[in-house]
Amino acid sequence: MTNHMKVEMAAKSENESFARVVIASFISQLDPTLDELTEVKTVISEAVTNAIIHGYEANEEGVVILACSIEDDEVTIWVQDFGRGIDDVHEAMEPMYTSKPELERSGMGFTIMENFMDQLDVHSSETGTTVTLVKRFNHDHRPIAK
Amino acid sequence: MLKKEEKLLGLVSYFEQKENVLLIRLVGELDHHEAETLKTDWESYLSTGDIKHVIVNLEQLSFMDSSGLGVFLGRYKQVKALEGEMVVCSINRSVKRLFELSGLFKVVQTEANEADALSRLGVAS
Repeated sequence: MTNHMKVEMAAKSENESFARVVIASFISQLDPTLDELTEVKTVISEAVTNAIIHGYEANEEGVVILACSIEDDEVTIWVQDFGRGIDDVHEAMEPMYTSKPELERSGMGFTIMENFMDQLDVHSSETGTTVTLVKRFNHDHRPIAK
Repeated sequence: MLKKEEKLLGLVSYFEQKENVLLIRLVGELDHHEAETLKTDWESYLSTGDIKHVIVNLEQLSFMDSSGLGVFLGRYKQVKALEGEMVVCSINRSVKRLFELSGLFKVVQTEANEADALSRLGVAS
């Protein structure tokens, strides 16, 4: 099965829950488990929140693009912004690291993305950031008990 | 008290004081959008001066991300400064995973339910 979608939204925090609903609804065609659905919703929440807080530094005129493609049992999700970019991607991915401690950020966003997905790729420059997330829904090879 | 139906999306937080314990019941989804309101409300209760411990009941929290972890970490520091304890109860599987990943379980106590959490802090429920 192949399928794809793309949604553009304003960089407003209200749209974090909207992005979660969109992605959950789109991947439901793969018949995900409840845990898988929660994992995907959580990583989308992390990536979209990053775009809003860090990419656009709360400038709501920014635009966030959420795209998703399905190829057989593999889902690829892109979260793209055209904000200021990440100065040091390696540093940003360190657990507990945050560039905005004054905002009470936990610094766990990328750690959660890495843990909940099979693949994470971050491409960033001064014209924006694209986070690519891949997850396989291979239900035949999944251990019975988790 | 707000009725759950009044707010279908997002987060509703119910605050209640029992002796020197602040009991918070979270209903709904806790993300970056909801984090600031929760933080402000939670802080205003802690600043009254007659609260030492905090119990957070997560039974009806259907979603949380790292923004929620940030709120918990921030309030933990305040409760610690009051020499109190922070206890979470009725934690679901997915929220538990986030707590594990972040190491929050090293500092926050857990109980199976609200009654156990209250008796841990010496409050008759």
